[in-house]
Amino acid sequence: MDIYASLQVVWWLLLGVLLIGLAVMVGMDMGVGAILRYIGRTDLERRVALNVIGPHWDGNQVWFILGGGAIFAAFPLIYATAFSGFYVVMLLLLWTMIIRPVGFEYRSKMPSAGWRNAWDWALFVSGFVPMVVFGAAIGNLFQGVPFHFDWTLTSFYTGSFLALLNPFAILCGVLSACMSAAMGGVTVMGGAQGAIAERSRKVARLGWSLAIVLFAVGGFWVAHMQGYVLNQFPGAGVAQTPLQQVVTRADGAWLSNFHAHNVLWLLPAAGFLGMLGSLFSASSERPLLAWWMGAVAWIGVIGTVGCALFPFLLPSVSNPSQSLTLWNSGSSQLTLAWMLGFTLVFVPLVVWYTSWAFYVMRGKVDPDQIANDEHAY
Amino acid sequence: MHDITVVDLSRLQFAATALYHFLFVPLTLGMTFMLAAMETVYVVTGKVIYRQITQFWGKLFLINFALGVATGLTMEFQFGTNWSFYSSFVGDIFGAPLAIEGLMAFFLESTFVGLMVFGWHRLKPGQHLAVTYLVALGSNLSALWILVANAFMQDPVGAHFNPTTMRMELNDFAALIFSSDAQAKFVHTSIAGYVTAAIFVAGVSAWYMLKNRHMELARRSFRMSVLFGVLSTAGVITLGDALGFVGAEAQPTKLAAMEGLWKTESAPMPFNLMAFPSQENQTNYGEVKVPYVLSILVTHSLTGTVPGVDVLEQRAAERIRGGIPAVSSLKMLSADPNDPVAMNQFNTHQKDLGYGFLVKRYADDVTTATDEQIAQAAKDSIPHVATMFWSFRVMVLLGLGMLAFFVLGLIYTLRNTVQYKRTFLKFAVWMIPAPFLACEAGWLVAEIGRQPWTVYGLLPTWMSASTHSVGYMVFSLIGFVAVYTVFIVIEMYLMVRAIRKGPDDGNGDAELDRGDLSLPASRKTLAEA
Repeated sequence: MDIYASLQVVWWLLLGVLLIGLAVMVGMDMGVGAILRYIGRTDLERRVALNVIGPHWDGNQVWFILGGGAIFAAFPLIYATAFSGFYVVMLLLLWTMIIRPVGFEYRSKMPSAGWRNAWDWALFVSGFVPMVVFGAAIGNLFQGVPFHFDWTLTSFYTGSFLALLNPFAILCGVLSACMSAAMGGVTVMGGAQGAIAERSRKVARLGWSLAIVLFAVGGFWVAHMQGYVLNQFPGAGVAQTPLQQVVTRADGAWLSNFHAHNVLWLLPAAGFLGMLGSLFSASSERPLLAWWMGAVAWIGVIGTVGCALFPFLLPSVSNPSQSLTLWNSGSSQLTLAWMLGFTLVFVPLVVWYTSWAFYVMRGKVDPDQIANDEHAY
Repeated sequence: MHDITVVDLSRLQFAATALYHFLFVPLTLGMTFMLAAMETVYVVTGKVIYRQITQFWGKLFLINFALGVATGLTMEFQFGTNWSFYSSFVGDIFGAPLAIEGLMAFFLESTFVGLMVFGWHRLKPGQHLAVTYLVALGSNLSALWILVANAFMQDPVGAHFNPTTMRMELNDFAALIFSSDAQAKFVHTSIAGYVTAAIFVAGVSAWYMLKNRHMELARRSFRMSVLFGVLSTAGVITLGDALGFVGAEAQPTKLAAMEGLWKTESAPMPFNLMAFPSQENQTNYGEVKVPYVLSILVTHSLTGTVPGVDVLEQRAAERIRGGIPAVSSLKMLSADPNDPVAMNQFNTHQKDLGYGFLVKRYADDVTTATDEQIAQAAKDSIPHVATMFWSFRVMVLLGLGMLAFFVLGLIYTLRNTVQYKRTFLKFAVWMIPAPFLACEAGWLVAEIGRQPWTVYGLLPTWMSASTHSVGYMVFSLIGFVAVYTVFIVIEMYLMVRAIRKGPDDGNGDAELDRGDLSLPASRKTLAEA
């Protein structure tokens, strides 16, 4: 393989790393928001749960921002086509998502119970809706998205907003929400004690149980769905546009990569094992292990999605031959190389100081301290 | 084809959300450094009053910061949602600084801001200080990368058009990040943030002094802020001048519009102190001119001239005629990438490609463009003069006013008489909106001045927008306005409330007893905590 093709594959893998980082780090905070009203019955209990993720949610959220930036830099055509095509759902995601920073920061600034209750609802919406949208967007990739290009590569989206909320997409959305709620539960278990931790454990068990069922149902569904086959294109590592290929659809084609490479079955297996492992570790009061098993579950699920779709990133249902693949939607060799350089330097650095931040704030949140600390959430 | 109503609505939405975001960003940029400075004094002197100062301003900083973060989230995606052709056309170049901003700056800022807030009890004073500096570094690095990205829109260097992939591609990364526009604008913008923070701290401190509350905190904060302010304002003005100098070469149309220069004049050119420009008649009403000054300002000499709108429109028309064969050859290349005739024609005319796109707005098949259509497109190449003229003057006037304010404040605080200058203190409170207005005006000058391009000379704004329906755009615009209005009402309410409540120094009415603030006691408090 030549350098450009290798870079394209490396960036396809990094896209996966990014989505996993986003799902794990942002997903757990979203989960805490979504289950906040259930796990915390009193104001102080809710504050404890919020302060478990208080020092870290902002840093974690950068995975989401980086997601936008890195897709822009590495796959500009995906960034342009997907986000404009999914316009209304993207707005739904963004509008609910931006309530979160404000909610964390402002909720406990006023003593009024009505004020705090309103923000707790806001945190629920901003934790639940974005994760459903995230999953639903992935679900739509499997079914194809109605878009096409003209000769200048201006993209046109021809579907409706409601078409994005089809049954399979909703299944994926609920799966993603269940996983993040479970991760939220596991996270609170690790940082809180007593009744909140106990309720969080219940959420984690329920979340993972549902996720196992949904992931299995989704798998069977995909096996019988029409997949995409790239019949003809200029080749990997060749500069090209999506106007130069032939793509057809075929039943069960999304599983062809798995049939061709049996080792890939390890990915869905990791998904199931991670979910089960996290379920059992949560039951036996081992939140840290449960958290790591949850991360494995996300790696398994997102890895499964990526490998099923490969080499497609954004299939077009209205004009399959203009589908976006990692070969026709990526940046130039020079940009991918520079970005890889920055990634190799900065990602380890980020992981290092994020770990330090978690280390500094380790341990259980003390309710008495929160009650007396004006800086706490 | 693009619906121009959709393009205009997309522009309105981008401007509204960017201007809104830019209400919070400058204060964040400046406050992080002021907090670092305040905390440095605390760590060096050990005086607990400086920890109170840091924590109090830190609390106000966070109320502002939350909205900066929230509105920044939507910006990161808005290029994709609303400017999809722009995104695919220049994403190869423009996306990189955005991604690097996330990797290098946002992670740093956001991870450590958590420790800055929650880490007071867990970190040693020196460690906490380092954390505060890292937050400041992170927020300023993010300004650097976003302005590197913006500089590419203003002066696209380090890239070329690749007809095989039908987009702009990077060919010199160093040229992109060391672009003179990027460097000048980064310093100008980030220091404008320091000015904003300095005015904010000075204004709030002045309010406490007027009310005779928290005098110790207010006087010390005021002194630090005016010192910070004098230096920063001088820096902003100097760099603003440098930016004008750089911009004059890269974007002559922006300069002509800023100065209301309809006709090219001979050196030394006079400066329009005041005028009411009319785009339709291409002339100014009620001009007040100062001789020689424009030549000195923009060319730093008495003999320099710059082209006016008349010459610039002519040049644009010539380049449009040159760009027509570039666009038509590109269409042939799209059908057959190996067509040698088309490739040859493209190579000859590619420098004018963007101008060819300019007339495509009026003639979808550019080869059929009439003289009227070309003249219309050439007229489009001039940004709206009245808006530019006045935004620029508002920005400069506010800048000079703030400089005078800080110099006066510095004199008073050094003489230790500021607390008695009640008129000045009242004025200081009323100065708080000034830097925010100046920043917004600066954004207008930079971005409206770039019109009709998203990427100057390469990609017209009308082609850049996503192909949404008017209904979608109305929906999203209303949604943004609704959400953002609720946000700002809550933010202002909490900010005013926190200021009224004041710091928890147990000294709402009288001066602090300095005896309580001695070093050993403060260290002890920290150790116990």
